[in-house]
Amino acid sequence: MGQTIIEKILSKHSGLTAKANDIVVAQVDFIMGQDGTSPLAIRAFENMDGKEVFDPQKVALVIDHSSPSPNDGVSALHKLMREFARSKGVHLYDIGEGVCHQVVPESGKVSPGSLVIGADSHTCTYGALNAFSTGVGSTDLAGGLVSGKMWFKVPETIKFVCRGKLPRGVYSKDLILYLIGNVTADGATYKATEFTGEAISCLSMDARFTISNMAIEMGAKAGLMEADDTTFTWLDRFSDTEFEPVKADLDATYAEIKEFDVSDLEPQIARPHTVDNVCPISEVVGTPINQAVLGTCTNGRLEDLRAAASILKNRKVHPDVRFVVAPASKLIYLEAMQDGTLQTLIEAGAAVVTPGCGPCVGTHNGVPSDGENVISTANRNFKGRMGNSKAFIYLGSPVTVAASAITGKITDPRDFIK
Amino acid sequence: MKFEGNTHKFGNDVNTDYIIAGRYKFKTLDMKELAKHVMEDLDPDFYHKINAGDFIVGGSNFGCGSSREQAPLAIKHADISAVLAKSFARIFYRNAINTGLPVVECDTDLIDAGDELEVDLAGGNVINKTKGQTIPAKPLPPVMIKILNDGGLAPHFKKYGGFNL
Ligand code: SF4
Repeated sequence: MGQTIIEKILSKHSGLTAKANDIVVAQVDFIMGQDGTSPLAIRAFENMDGKEVFDPQKVALVIDHSSPSPNDGVSALHKLMREFARSKGVHLYDIGEGVCHQVVPESGKVSPGSLVIGADSHTCTYGALNAFSTGVGSTDLAGGLVSGKMWFKVPETIKFVCRGKLPRGVYSKDLILYLIGNVTADGATYKATEFTGEAISCLSMDARFTISNMAIEMGAKAGLMEADDTTFTWLDRFSDTEFEPVKADLDATYAEIKEFDVSDLEPQIARPHTVDNVCPISEVVGTPINQAVLGTCTNGRLEDLRAAASILKNRKVHPDVRFVVAPASKLIYLEAMQDGTLQTLIEAGAAVVTPGCGPCVGTHNGVPSDGENVISTANRNFKGRMGNSKAFIYLGSPVTVAASAITGKITDPRDFIK
Repeated sequence: MKFEGNTHKFGNDVNTDYIIAGRYKFKTLDMKELAKHVMEDLDPDFYHKINAGDFIVGGSNFGCGSSREQAPLAIKHADISAVLAKSFARIFYRNAINTGLPVVECDTDLIDAGDELEVDLAGGNVINKTKGQTIPAKPLPPVMIKILNDGGLAPHFKKYGGFNL
């Protein structure tokens, strides 16, 4: 019987023939923890009587969520991480290196067929590289650090077949928001997803990461794509590991196959306070905004900064709007500096903050005030997400955020794209 | 394991940001301190309404959102004995078991705020004493029962030196 991508990857890593609903203990290739989850994982590691990390080369800790530290409580936790990393010989990405889901792929440690666990729910991002990567909690992470293994229930898979080509002004962010609106926040709970079709294969790697990143927003365990020339070119630059791409069998069994044609898709917006509260932008155009955010592990990549800059060039951010930009990594920061993208954004009125999570999770870098509206390229708009439960968060693509920053209200980016 | 207590009812899609907001969880490993802020963005006084042993009852997709283990830990340290919901988000479900917080999948439409419940984890049933009704619960997978019986994943590892499932 044919297998899905995830069944193949879990078979290879467990030495069994993994079928949906089996429980397997699998070998992991890479483990990541960030500063919101690692401190608890370190404590769990100690509670497990952990002595050494199973393979220090296969572990990274990233300080990105509250980076640089905004207060002494966080500083103490960062210190704990630095001491742990030093004593175990594990690489630690300190402040300014970037958000975990960008620095891990850039490190070249993830390739097609890999199995990665990360103590962060958006670890599913690396599915775009044809890897099975998934978010776990701190105790699971500690178990991985001790043993190099993790138990999984093999999930069923929902396949999304996306036909057509995204129209002008419409990006992969709009596509994934649309799909989440369609299947809802728990439509893929306990399941893996595969994204295929020409609307996916003609996307760049940056654009693909955005889609896999948000698979968790429909509850999914993984957001997988097949590897193709775009993947291989990207990997040529960042990785020298040998790998074997994993394709789903033609007779693989799916929980569901959903087909879409994206040719007429409009820019999409997720309205407060859930990610699946999605509508075409025309329904919310004109909503006033107080803050615009460009960045995060969803849309802080070079292509995203460039797309926003192409709209902001020779224009100014509205005087009533604060525009916060957080490049996803130091490398992206440097590249955006070299090609003039950052200059354009800053001249337009951007406040550029340290590469990392920026204001995404409400610990610092731009907490909105009561009653304020924010438009953001992030992946979550939960009440209180950005540090104030009385604020309202709208999610959209980088060009939607840029266009809205100019006018001070939610604006269809196609008004600015000729 | 058998628990009795009163119900605090919440809706669908209770996410981990509601259970414990990022602005608190990044600051401390003191779970008693975090527990004071549990569910704060949904109900600012919630912590003060809890009597030890009470249940949190949600709708579908309870615990969606981030992977923060502080979410089940904050609930546990607020002296909630178990969480009941129609369905749970995957990571929350694992984290709850790994940290020893019982989670029960059942039809929570049959439970209202204030109802007195009896939950028997081994028996797999929830008894709504207020309504005089027995609600069937979905059994936990055997792997999870094993981990829960060992007191969570850390004690499991301590006992066996690794996975023994
Ligand atoms: S950018 Fe936001 S969503 Fe991404 S890892 Fe950081 S806090 Fe999480």
